[in-house]
Amino acid sequence: MSVTVRTLDELLTPPTAADSPLSTQEYFVNMGPQHPIAHGSLRIILLLDGETIRKVIPVPGYVHRGIEKMCEHMSYRKIITLTDRMDYLSALMNNWVVARTVEKAAGIETNARIETIRTLMAELQRIQSHALWWGVLGMDLGAFTAFLYSFRDREIIGEIFEETIGARLTMNYIQPGGLMYDILPDFVQKVKKLLAYVRPLINEYDTLLSGNAILQERLRNIGILTAKDAVAFGCTGPVVRASGVPYDLRKLEPYGVYDKADFDVVVGTKGDCWDRYYVRMEEMRQSIRIVEQLIDNIPEGPYMVTKYNARLKLPKGRFYGQMETARGVLGVFIYSDGNGDTPYRMHFRSPNFNNLWAVTQIAPGWRIADYIAIQSSLDLVIPDIDR
Amino acid sequence: MGDTIGTMGTEAFEQLVMGLEPQCRKREQSDCAAVDVPVSALETLMRNLRDEVRLSFDMLLDHTAIDHIQDGRFELVYLLYSTRHGHHLMVTCEIPRTDPIAPTMGDLWPIAHWQEREVFDLFGIGYDGHLDLRRLFLEDGWQGYPLRKDYTDPDMLEPA
Repeated sequence: MSVTVRTLDELLTPPTAADSPLSTQEYFVNMGPQHPIAHGSLRIILLLDGETIRKVIPVPGYVHRGIEKMCEHMSYRKIITLTDRMDYLSALMNNWVVARTVEKAAGIETNARIETIRTLMAELQRIQSHALWWGVLGMDLGAFTAFLYSFRDREIIGEIFEETIGARLTMNYIQPGGLMYDILPDFVQKVKKLLAYVRPLINEYDTLLSGNAILQERLRNIGILTAKDAVAFGCTGPVVRASGVPYDLRKLEPYGVYDKADFDVVVGTKGDCWDRYYVRMEEMRQSIRIVEQLIDNIPEGPYMVTKYNARLKLPKGRFYGQMETARGVLGVFIYSDGNGDTPYRMHFRSPNFNNLWAVTQIAPGWRIADYIAIQSSLDLVIPDIDR
Repeated sequence: MGDTIGTMGTEAFEQLVMGLEPQCRKREQSDCAAVDVPVSALETLMRNLRDEVRLSFDMLLDHTAIDHIQDGRFELVYLLYSTRHGHHLMVTCEIPRTDPIAPTMGDLWPIAHWQEREVFDLFGIGYDGHLDLRRLFLEDGWQGYPLRKDYTDPDMLEPA
């Protein structure tokens, strides 16, 4: 067996003339690492023939912080703070997946109150995350108004988080064994007020952007990802669901109290940018439904079942836990050697890392302007790719 | 749907997988269905796991490695999922720590190309047959593989 290692420079050798009677030549255009649609530092190299994309070479790594290496020197409670900094728009769900995997491995049983609050918080954050994506997609495609609307509404949900958690982005809230703080007495009332405010908003979003002829032209039938490709490329979350695969862990492997809530898994039919757009719009409505059903029935009980400063020791072995974040399946793989309270090896299966590579399959054949729509519809959060 | 892990139970499921490849062993110390396979049989097993109708693992959820420095070996970990049956399987494969080479899974699941590039970048494991084996997060001239347990770097902070 032999292995050939290549470098990026080798890939970027000057291309030969394209097969065309006209005198044309393929050329490389560098997008990023700083580009307005990357929303982070992601470098994309496009091989173009005129305006048509021939090949996409994503070059990640500009926000690589070595989180997996850091985890090897941190206790399981401290690792929670690092997960906030991967997909910062799904921070609570990132916290939760580590907490749940550690709880499962250490044999910690939480109570119904903890699970209900976790589910509520996760769904509120899903609405917030999708709302932000909606505004950003509008901005990428030239509709700046959408961005202002989504940030206005994102703020309202952010205030509820801030009041309970004390943070707006890096939550560090869901801990192995429970929650960092209990909810305040007026939490239920405030969330109900929020629901009354948010429910008509999704319709407003629709009237503001979804029906817009320019947006429709730029999303419909653009960047089609077939169900077979989506699965083979390991896509999860709204991306795979838009291609028609009903893969939603909240339904298939229920965790938290999702089994007590009635909600639909939204799927697309075609897998184009419009399906990815509409799946997320509809998911916001479903998340509102889940919150509505759970908000009145938060059971009583303690918000932490272990001692806060308890040392968590996992038995020797391999543990894998996964959860549906706003962008797809976040998996946590822990290998514990049974000594001490740090993992021997910790690995995050991040949804954005796997979703990113779908662009290499979708984008060739489309124009540069379509590429903006394609990448925006994948809803990538770059720190989650690089970790 | 046929036989799935839901109707069969973990043990019968593992038996079915091990029936595909005689060199397969049950992987102990794992919280889900898991098998261990020698590297020589890895490719055939994975192909069968994907193509066998009762298993049809069409998604490679994750691929990573563990550095068992004391035993002088790397452990490759593959997490498979079947969207058709809804079951999971962990496949592990051990390779020596010196000159580590494993066959690529890129022909079976395209996402493996990039998951393997990540493992190559951080562990230095070579993938035979990989068409585009490059550094992923780190730059091309980077020395060493950071997730190896013996990795040192002049800028590294010593853990307390």
